[in-house]
Amino acid sequence: MTGEAIVVAFRRRQRWAVLGLALVAAVTLGSAVVAQFDFLDGAAAFPKAFAWMAANFVPDARAWHNFPNILTRLGETVVVSIMATTVAALVSFLLALLGSRTTRFHPAASAVVRAVASLGRNIPVVAWAMIFLLAFGQTFLTGFLALFIESMGFLTRSYLETVDEASAAPVEALRAAGTPWAPLVAHAVVPSVLPALASWMLFMLETNIRSATLVGLLTGTGIGFLFDLYYKSLNYPSAALTTLAIVVAVLLLEGLSNVLRRSIL
Amino acid sequence: MTGTVPRKPWSRSSVILGLVFFVFAAVTLGGFVLLDTKGIDVGAAFAQTGKDLVTLFLHPAATHFTVLEAVGGVAFTLALGLLTTVFGAVPAVVGGLLAARNLGPAWLSLVLRAFVSLIRAVPTVLWVLIFAIGAGLGSVAAVVGMTFHSFGYLLKAYSEAFEEVDQGTIEALRASGASWTSVIAQAAIPGSLPSLLSWTFLRFEINFTTAVAMGAAAGAGGVGFDLFMAAGYYFNLREVGAITWAILIVAAGLELGATRLHEANRRSGGAA
Repeated sequence: MTGEAIVVAFRRRQRWAVLGLALVAAVTLGSAVVAQFDFLDGAAAFPKAFAWMAANFVPDARAWHNFPNILTRLGETVVVSIMATTVAALVSFLLALLGSRTTRFHPAASAVVRAVASLGRNIPVVAWAMIFLLAFGQTFLTGFLALFIESMGFLTRSYLETVDEASAAPVEALRAAGTPWAPLVAHAVVPSVLPALASWMLFMLETNIRSATLVGLLTGTGIGFLFDLYYKSLNYPSAALTTLAIVVAVLLLEGLSNVLRRSIL
Repeated sequence: MTGTVPRKPWSRSSVILGLVFFVFAAVTLGGFVLLDTKGIDVGAAFAQTGKDLVTLFLHPAATHFTVLEAVGGVAFTLALGLLTTVFGAVPAVVGGLLAARNLGPAWLSLVLRAFVSLIRAVPTVLWVLIFAIGAGLGSVAAVVGMTFHSFGYLLKAYSEAFEEVDQGTIEALRASGASWTSVIAQAAIPGSLPSLLSWTFLRFEINFTTAVAMGAAAGAGGVGFDLFMAAGYYFNLREVGAITWAILIVAAGLELGATRLHEANRRSGGAA
């Protein structure tokens, strides 16, 4: 490139950058009007909130007294997250086998499976939680079912991709040899995708642990319920300890999940 | 490729794999046995939910709001999603540049990544509720609280996108004496732009869903709050249905956009 060409290219890039930034600024201002968001209030909220947190959002002796209760509720939430992930993984794997383009179970199956998965993941977990709350009340089943449906939606999509990508060649080889559907899937698909399935499952569990607090808050179960209880009764030191416990649990799980995924794949 | 993946029967990775599946299965079975269903009739509850779902999806109707108000609620929630995406993205670009291992020092990358995983370990709803004590329930608390997660998520995604940029271009610019800022402006950002856009849109999709959740769980307003009122106060299934449909349509549209961007980006050879 000549010096002149470089300058022209640079100018053009600069123009696009200015245009892009102007567009972002316009969209931001428009959104602020629609959402009734005040920039000054927003900026002021930061130092105010952190000063408040440093002074009041600190566990005290009374909060530590609640610690066993917090751990029990946290444990319950972790268990429910694992349950939802496991059952969703099982169902999603079956759906993926039926819906995958490689395994070719039935032409209609693929469309149905994809529609079910899309419904599961595109309706937010809070909506599912409110829906199940109507019949299942404040039991762990409400949160379990909401997390299960959401996870099923995401895992089915991931598993479909995994099965499609991982097994095309061996499937074709066995199909050419006239192998029936079930043994074909058992021998050509299942063994090669198991590590990826486990990896997605661990990833889903991380997501679910985070969502579980939200779902618990809405449905009056688990650690979310306990946080809400302390928060609404203005028992901020205990709410702080609850938050701290969640943070430690999420970080531990994330670390463990990373280590496991690295050694599986 | 061979028929089945040749795997030593007791290799370390297959033992760990088996262990992972075993623990998941054992905890799940244990949970079903031990957790308290508070004496509800599970069969009846499933039957009830089935009936509810039919009403919800097939007979949606709005009683407490007009179509215009519904559109307003969705617009409010979308606006929350947009704002928090932009507010997260701007500092995340700077943070992502500093945290990219090919652009900044390794220790800084470690520190920044540890910092954002700490931020992300606090569930969004807790950030919003904590901020609401100082700022009051509403847009400000929701925007500030949600921005935390946006920032953390995008910083990690951006820094990885920067690391995928062709190292040769960066080296060539450095060798010709270019400053850090011109390496960024000439190579790092242009080279990763499709990837950055794809991640940002993906986060916008997530933020829309989060904004629905914050409306329902943290009084942030918008369509999420309508949902909470319809299901939690009025117990109006047909209205829950109408709101669910509205959310579903927007979310599916956003997902389609995000997928298209992601695939276009993958085809053009950018970092996924």
